[in-house]
Amino acid sequence: MSLAARVRVRRGAFELDVDLAVEAGETLAVLGPNGCGKTTLLHVLAGLVALDAGRVTLDGVVLEDAAQGVSVPTERRPVAVVFQDLLLFPHLTALDNVAFGLRCRGRSRSDSRRIAREWLDRMDLGDRTQAKPAALSGGQGQRIALARALAVEPRLLLLDEPLAAVDVQARAQLRRDLRRHLTSFGGIRVLVTHDPLEAFALADRVMVLEEGHVVQTGTPAAVTARPRSRWVADLAGVNLFSGRAGDGRVALEGGGALVIADAVRCGEVFAVVHPRAVTVLRARPEGSPRNVWRGPIEEIDVEGAVARMSIATTPRIIAEVTMAAVESLGLVPGQDVWVTVKATEIVLYPA
Amino acid sequence: MTPRREGVPPAAAVVASLGAALFILPLVGLLWKAPWASLAQALVAPEALVAIRLSLLCSLAATVLSVVLGLPLAWVQARGTFPGRALLRALTLLPVVLPPVVGGVALLAVFGRRGLIGQWLEPLGIRLPFTTAGAVLAETFVAMPFLVLSMEGVLRGLDRRLEDAARSLGATRWTVFRRVTMPLVRPSLAAGAALCWARALGEFGATITFAGNFPGRTQTIPLAVYIELESRPEVGVALSLVLLAVSLTILVLLRGRWLEQP
Repeated sequence: MSLAARVRVRRGAFELDVDLAVEAGETLAVLGPNGCGKTTLLHVLAGLVALDAGRVTLDGVVLEDAAQGVSVPTERRPVAVVFQDLLLFPHLTALDNVAFGLRCRGRSRSDSRRIAREWLDRMDLGDRTQAKPAALSGGQGQRIALARALAVEPRLLLLDEPLAAVDVQARAQLRRDLRRHLTSFGGIRVLVTHDPLEAFALADRVMVLEEGHVVQTGTPAAVTARPRSRWVADLAGVNLFSGRAGDGRVALEGGGALVIADAVRCGEVFAVVHPRAVTVLRARPEGSPRNVWRGPIEEIDVEGAVARMSIATTPRIIAEVTMAAVESLGLVPGQDVWVTVKATEIVLYPA
Repeated sequence: MTPRREGVPPAAAVVASLGAALFILPLVGLLWKAPWASLAQALVAPEALVAIRLSLLCSLAATVLSVVLGLPLAWVQARGTFPGRALLRALTLLPVVLPPVVGGVALLAVFGRRGLIGQWLEPLGIRLPFTTAGAVLAETFVAMPFLVLSMEGVLRGLDRRLEDAARSLGATRWTVFRRVTMPLVRPSLAAGAALCWARALGEFGATITFAGNFPGRTQTIPLAVYIELESRPEVGVALSLVLLAVSLTILVLLRGRWLEQP
């Protein structure tokens, strides 16, 4: 069992261009900022948005092929969706919401209700069967939406920001529950989200989508260790630079250069510097550190015992220092400081 | 907490009272003039009974016709994408503002014996002008826009993603319509149909112009009121009271939809 999709959709100036492959039992998280095209991608897989070019196959069956004009309608795909705003049917009870798909797929009314009741029990909602969606909390609604999708036994489960409708307090618990339900569902799972926490907690593999294009794919750990875009670097909380390496230096795209420990590397590279590896000083450093810049502190964010500050050097850099250091050095926004980074602290990988 | 704001100026209150009186006084007058003692007698007068029966028949038929034709029309206007949609919407709205007598003349121009379509219907033995069917058609012409307009708004406002959700669960188009769309618009459809029926029941101008004034065939309550006021005023007033009662009932039933307090 597997999903393979080559998706090309144009909407005015926006173009979605994604290739993906997911195996059964795997959860792929499509992670990206709002407007990156991830919901469109999900709707393509569900058959709610037509492809301009490309092909979608599930378990070897062609669901859509733009060139051949093949398109299996949404209602006949073995696919279920948990929508962003849940989209529970407001006129139906929780039980009938879950039974809806079973009825549509040919089960008798009593069978559908019985299976729906089992699902609600499994979701710890056995006492809410007769409640209408308006009377349910965000978390209850989320579980009913999940039950409604899983009850039809799809081979592909699509989840669009599944925890967005849930308030923050309930989210951690629901994320754990969701993870459990996803694991016990043996089919293919594709989740789209803009929340890295959700992606990293639920997915086996993360695909980062920006402006309709895949920026990188990999395990959550690999993606955060080697970010390939500013957006991912910000999520991971690291400094990301890109430029051309050669002669023990990286000439950066935005101006400035990094001295690196690798004299032979050449070509386009990404360089990551962890903010903790950035040293902030009031005076010009002693000795001969290779990467030294001077610039004013733009802003300081305090998180517990550490402070993250952005410094307007060339290149611009984020440093993380202890609050003790901030106080002893008397660091304040607007102040000029010296910044150094050891060449050995720079992680390089090809762009 | 009471915000310290100026109340209504006395001058505005006086003018407003005059305005309200303009609506309320005629109702009071009608109730005052009503032949309460002989009301039952007036209403069982053969002329009245015949008109009431015919009116119910025609207005209900017009309402059914409006739903059958108007719901798909509203659907197309709300969801279709075709050139001329704006024009179609404007034309649908026209009967609401058009003087009904002009509607009657226009219907004659189409369905009259020498009319645009009537000249072809005549040899087939189908006659609409001055028949009960004609009265139904005239009422439909005037009343259907109310249903189309309200349903178009409702269909436009409906969250279509709910229909997507239903399809993703395996619902065919028909199932989506039956189990999702219709249940969600049903309350509005009932309200729209009630409004449409009230309008059809009170229709005068188009009916008398297109269908004439034949007791038992095309003389509906409003026409009977107009005629009886000359010969037997107590029957005319009694029938007016019937129409007033119907209007008030519909207003009360629909109050939640239009008279909600902010």
